[in-house]
Amino acid sequence: MEKRVTFNSRWLPYLLLGPQLIITLVFFFWPSGQAMYQSVLIEDVFGGNSKFVWFENFAQLFRDDSYAHSAQLTVVFSFLVAAIGLGFSLLLAVMADRVIRGATAYKTFLVWPYAVAPAVAGVLWGFLFNPSVGIVAWMLQGIGIEFNYVINGNQALLLVVIAAVWNQISYNFLFFLAGLQSIPKSLIEAAAIDGAGPGRRFWDIIFPLLSPVGFFLLVINIIYAFFGTFGVVDALTKGGPGHATNILVYKVYNDGFRGQDLGGSSAQSVILMIVVIALTFVQFRFIERRVHY
Amino acid sequence: MVENRPFLTVLSHLIVLLGLAIIAFPVWMTFVASTHSQQTMLQSPIPLLPGPHLIENYTKVLTEGYGRVGSTPVMMTLTNSLIMALGVAIGKIAISITSAFAIVYFRFPGRMYFFWAIFVTLMLPVEVRIVPTYGVVASLGMLDSYAGLIIPLIASATATFLFRQFFLSVPDELTEAARVDGASPMRFFWDILLPMSRTSIAALFVIQFIYGWNQYLWPLLITTKESYYTVVMTVSRQANVVDSVPSWNLLMAMAMLAMLPPVLVVVFMQRQFVRGLVETEK
Repeated sequence: MEKRVTFNSRWLPYLLLGPQLIITLVFFFWPSGQAMYQSVLIEDVFGGNSKFVWFENFAQLFRDDSYAHSAQLTVVFSFLVAAIGLGFSLLLAVMADRVIRGATAYKTFLVWPYAVAPAVAGVLWGFLFNPSVGIVAWMLQGIGIEFNYVINGNQALLLVVIAAVWNQISYNFLFFLAGLQSIPKSLIEAAAIDGAGPGRRFWDIIFPLLSPVGFFLLVINIIYAFFGTFGVVDALTKGGPGHATNILVYKVYNDGFRGQDLGGSSAQSVILMIVVIALTFVQFRFIERRVHY
Repeated sequence: MVENRPFLTVLSHLIVLLGLAIIAFPVWMTFVASTHSQQTMLQSPIPLLPGPHLIENYTKVLTEGYGRVGSTPVMMTLTNSLIMALGVAIGKIAISITSAFAIVYFRFPGRMYFFWAIFVTLMLPVEVRIVPTYGVVASLGMLDSYAGLIIPLIASATATFLFRQFFLSVPDELTEAARVDGASPMRFFWDILLPMSRTSIAALFVIQFIYGWNQYLWPLLITTKESYYTVVMTVSRQANVVDSVPSWNLLMAMAMLAMLPPVLVVVFMQRQFVRGLVETEK
């Protein structure tokens, strides 16, 4: 789309674009370029010397068991975050949409988890499940479950998933509720007159009409689980115990800053960039087609 | 409601209320923990109802910090967070509204090229390119400064897109009328476009304020001086300090203070918030 009426000026547009362009060049293109450049170098342990090694860093990554583990873990993690998050928020949205009185009030009570920083969300949930003073850990112990996320890898993963889902719930809820409220009431009424009960109406009418929103949220949640959960992981588990919660975005940071493996970390960055670009592409393609929302 | 099924309606209310209770529970426990003494918070089970030490705990963290020698008073970290959040929100809006104006209202060589250059930044979160970005900021000497905290985060395409979308929907007649009346481009921008963009600006502001306030990894990496610590990073950092006697009451008071400002912004500017969420994703 283009404007028919425009202004003429030789220098003004460049002046207006300047700040954004300069910041983009310095803090985006320069570091991204550097990541790509470093991903084909191996730096000497003592610094100074670096050697051009083609795709050796990438090859090494693909041979590395801990990278494969981290990649698998990230897939499992984002599946869990997306599935639990979407399921739970869809349930809440459908129920809130059913009741005419109160839907708006419920919305107010559900928007705020979005405003809590992921790192703080991690601290909150870590406190609830803290092995020595956590109230939920204490309750679980009462019913015979020993919950200690500090030493048990699966429990640590579960806790990170719960905290991540909690942080994202308002986002999912708001989009589902908006989607539900945009479904024409006449369709539902017609189905009701034909004798379809609430369950039947949900699966045959509401659910298919909601699927575009659902798909959109699925992509957003996967992107979120891949990249937005750094704070949760760092506050709760720091990738541990062992490597039980060492998802890809955390591994980039861990290998780069703590391990000082610049080449390996940059190669990981480049791979993650490709993943983001692919996901964003899917998201855009999809939004273009999202006609009846 | 299509038909009257009282049982289902009651059930719906119950399910939503149960969901709300589960969602609010962590924050309730945080609040409870922040109102007790350190001793109470060391024996399990911890109490489920607030205690008498609310004012004492909050005064302590605000003025002295977590309570060890040399810890940062939360008052200071809150101020830093506020500066950072406002800087990110205002900076982002300012640079993207002007660049959207340039892209939509002018024809100049390289226009589409610049447009795509900005578009690419949409794709990469800071976390992904964190190591090289840190290197760049370090070599520019921007570690431990507000500029270093804010500027690298304000390059983002989302806001530019939002304003571009909005400008494209502004009727051409307005531009024509302004030109006939002899208004300069900047005059048109200040007197017509900017007032018309008020709602978009408010929506973006809410989203970006939260984004800036909740930054964690970035301030963690580039600040080494306590005078630049932000509140979110201090909370998380203190939670991870292996300490013989953790002061859960003080830590949770800090967590409450870290959550409060963005939560208040979202609750009180709910309409702008929802609008911002929906628009920034398009």
